[in-house]
Amino acid sequence: MKLNRRRFMKYAAASSAIATAGSLFPGISFGNWQQVTGNSGIVSWEKAPCRFCGTGCGVLVGVSDGRAVAVKGDPSCSVNKGLCCMKGYHSVQALYGADRITTARVRKNGEMVEVPISEALDLVAAKLAETREKHGKDSVAMYGSGQWTIPDGYVASKLFKGCLGTNNVEANARLCMASAVTGFMTTFGLDEPMGCYEDIDNANVFITWGNNMAEMHPVLFSRMLANRKQRADVQIIDFATRLTRTSQAADKSILFNPQTDLAVANAICYEIINNDWVNWNFVNEHVSFHKGKTNIGYGTEDHFAFTDKAEPISLDEYKTFLEDYTPEKVEKISGVPAKDIKYLASLYGDPTVKVTSFWCMGMNQHTRGTWINNLVYNIHLLVGKISTPGSGPFSLTGQPSACGTVREVGTLTHALPHGVVMNEEDRKTAARIWDVPVENIDPKPTYHTVEMFRALDRGDIRFMWIQVTNPMVTMPNLNRYRKGAEKDDRFIVVSDVYPTPTTDVADVILPAAMWIEQEGLFGNSERRTQHFDEILTPPGEAMSDTWQIIEVARRLGFEKQFPWSRDDYIGKIWEEYRLFHAGAKHEMAPYTVLKKRSGVQWPFVNGKETRWRYNPKYDPACSNGKDFDFYGKKDNRAWIWARPYEPAAESPDGEFNFWLNTGRVIEHWHTGSMTRRVPVLNNAMPSSYVELHPDDAADLGVVNGEMVKIISRRGEIQMPAQIRGRGVPARGMVFVPFFDESYLINELTLDAFCPISKQPDYKKCAVRLEKA
Amino acid sequence: MPIFSYLAIPKNGAKKALCTELDALDHCEIIPAENQDVVVLVTETPDETAEEELQDSLKNLQSLQSLSLAFGCDTSEQQEK
Repeated sequence: MKLNRRRFMKYAAASSAIATAGSLFPGISFGNWQQVTGNSGIVSWEKAPCRFCGTGCGVLVGVSDGRAVAVKGDPSCSVNKGLCCMKGYHSVQALYGADRITTARVRKNGEMVEVPISEALDLVAAKLAETREKHGKDSVAMYGSGQWTIPDGYVASKLFKGCLGTNNVEANARLCMASAVTGFMTTFGLDEPMGCYEDIDNANVFITWGNNMAEMHPVLFSRMLANRKQRADVQIIDFATRLTRTSQAADKSILFNPQTDLAVANAICYEIINNDWVNWNFVNEHVSFHKGKTNIGYGTEDHFAFTDKAEPISLDEYKTFLEDYTPEKVEKISGVPAKDIKYLASLYGDPTVKVTSFWCMGMNQHTRGTWINNLVYNIHLLVGKISTPGSGPFSLTGQPSACGTVREVGTLTHALPHGVVMNEEDRKTAARIWDVPVENIDPKPTYHTVEMFRALDRGDIRFMWIQVTNPMVTMPNLNRYRKGAEKDDRFIVVSDVYPTPTTDVADVILPAAMWIEQEGLFGNSERRTQHFDEILTPPGEAMSDTWQIIEVARRLGFEKQFPWSRDDYIGKIWEEYRLFHAGAKHEMAPYTVLKKRSGVQWPFVNGKETRWRYNPKYDPACSNGKDFDFYGKKDNRAWIWARPYEPAAESPDGEFNFWLNTGRVIEHWHTGSMTRRVPVLNNAMPSSYVELHPDDAADLGVVNGEMVKIISRRGEIQMPAQIRGRGVPARGMVFVPFFDESYLINELTLDAFCPISKQPDYKKCAVRLEKA
Repeated sequence: MPIFSYLAIPKNGAKKALCTELDALDHCEIIPAENQDVVVLVTETPDETAEEELQDSLKNLQSLQSLSLAFGCDTSEQQEK
């Protein structure tokens, strides 16, 4: 009652002032005032997936007078069962930052000038056509995001690959999960996890591989903690390069030297075989052994090219390979005591224990990211702990639709919504569904993300359209790529919701609808597609990224391929896209089903979701009559790979004697462009810092808050020290969160990447420290 | 819990800056006019101390020319009755 009275009084106060203004200024208009006040006291609740990580929590957004005023967890969503994390609860405040971009802006004589959005879209289309005409079809590019909705990514791919004939489509998910994709593809032949979050309710042991789940996936982590509290036989082992909140909550914390997870994983496999903990029935029926190329490079030079070659090997050859990885030998390079390696192996090897391995950026942002993904699969495959409730390797994603939009729609240079551009049948399928000549689709991939920005710097790319991402904060070796984007004859279009260092380099800024200001769909870490309605009206002239692309496509003459009405385009696009995945291996739920539910897992076959793939008890695509069917590979087997330990691209030496590790914090989403505009979150974590080991800080002579200069071969930065904060790195390492654009730590990082996945390594390069 | 509303008039050409400055203050909600250099300001402070602090902050705004009170009440006093 008190709340309603106050709301009423504020409404009366606003009305009174508006009436006074009306008498003093005849004709004055306050068209948006009810949206701004938002205080009628009547709140309606609408479902949506949270947009601030890849977990895919269901939220209910409270709306009053056209303004989002509250958030609560959706109790009917199986992901989070009514719980949210701090970013989720405060998520709607990110819609209302004071400097929200609501009009289009165009650079004229060096200054950004507000223009009607139709004029800006005319310019984007004209410049794209002109660049293509002058410099060729591969001189124009689209760079999107794992925060793109599925329709955003789908129309981007259709326009660029199907209509414009260039494979210059990439997304920032290349920076966060490309190694997970290539890991899945090389081991199983199909992307994305076989399990689901119900594994958390069934496992006895959780092993987090370089994965600070307590901060990065807090709702899933709390589900793990709840299980440990409820069930006596549950434990959590944290295996990482620095101590974090995850380590604090774990039953055991094991630290390893950066990059040596490769060696430790092989040592675990050695121990499993040496102790005869192998599940021979499983291995004999469902596994084959392979090796690939070694000494594969790091991609630090322009035009770097690498293609792996798989060769079958025997079990004996695999055993011989593992002889280099006894626990005692690996202890010397990894710093992990042999007894701890043996302990980890014993957990995986115990047939009575269900083990789930979790990982995210620690394994994916790795110059041997594909390999370390393969090696963790090796462990699970040797003991047959996979595709069953509670037992499985589980690659978590960071972004709300890295899976749904980037991996499933295929918004990477080599990919199509089904299959790859190199495959003729896949091109024919795409051409048929897109209604374009098959010759339009180029069979050759062009640039992965790092190479795309190198091409922009070189001038091979002259036009780039960036949506829902902030590469002028996130690209490694940032100085080079910012200079490239700023060159006079480059044309950069940025669709975003707030000013960022990326809009600073733009020639056109398009105001974007954010999250629930548009209808859309996301796809989370566990193959769950989640629909949300347009709950709020976008401010000013902001429009969805999907519709921006459609507007430009039509201006370029592709009305036939983009015929939809603004009233129902999302449903129409979804049903067209769904044609690509028809069949039991990847069937997607119809639009009408998705609208009703808080997410549906694919494959969705005969009205039923698939919880565990490759297991015929749960997966209708299994057809071999056995207890498992790894149907992604032609031999119907999962592949164990002999992948060696190889060092990082750049390691500490006499001149640059510290490792630099970068990452995130719980309060902020990626570069902070949204969460730093949420007062509660920003006040909790207002600026970035460099985390040091207390002994290193003492050697350097710095105390908490004192400025430290960090210097790499590519740049330097000064930032305040944090000692014994929420994280403590090992000696010889510093950690810096990247959310704060005042401290561009990626000016120091190295643009080395995994030669197979092309995903950069943000966790390892060499720096030296000075007291500032 | 004092609630007030005002007509805020910006200095010449400073309406956008005024909106930004007001929006950054705690306890303030704004309703900018679409076609005039006028901003409706609604304030709701938890107590008299916060109200005094807010008044000080408002007096120091660079972009503000004048502030005219349109409405005022104290909901805590009404609650007590």
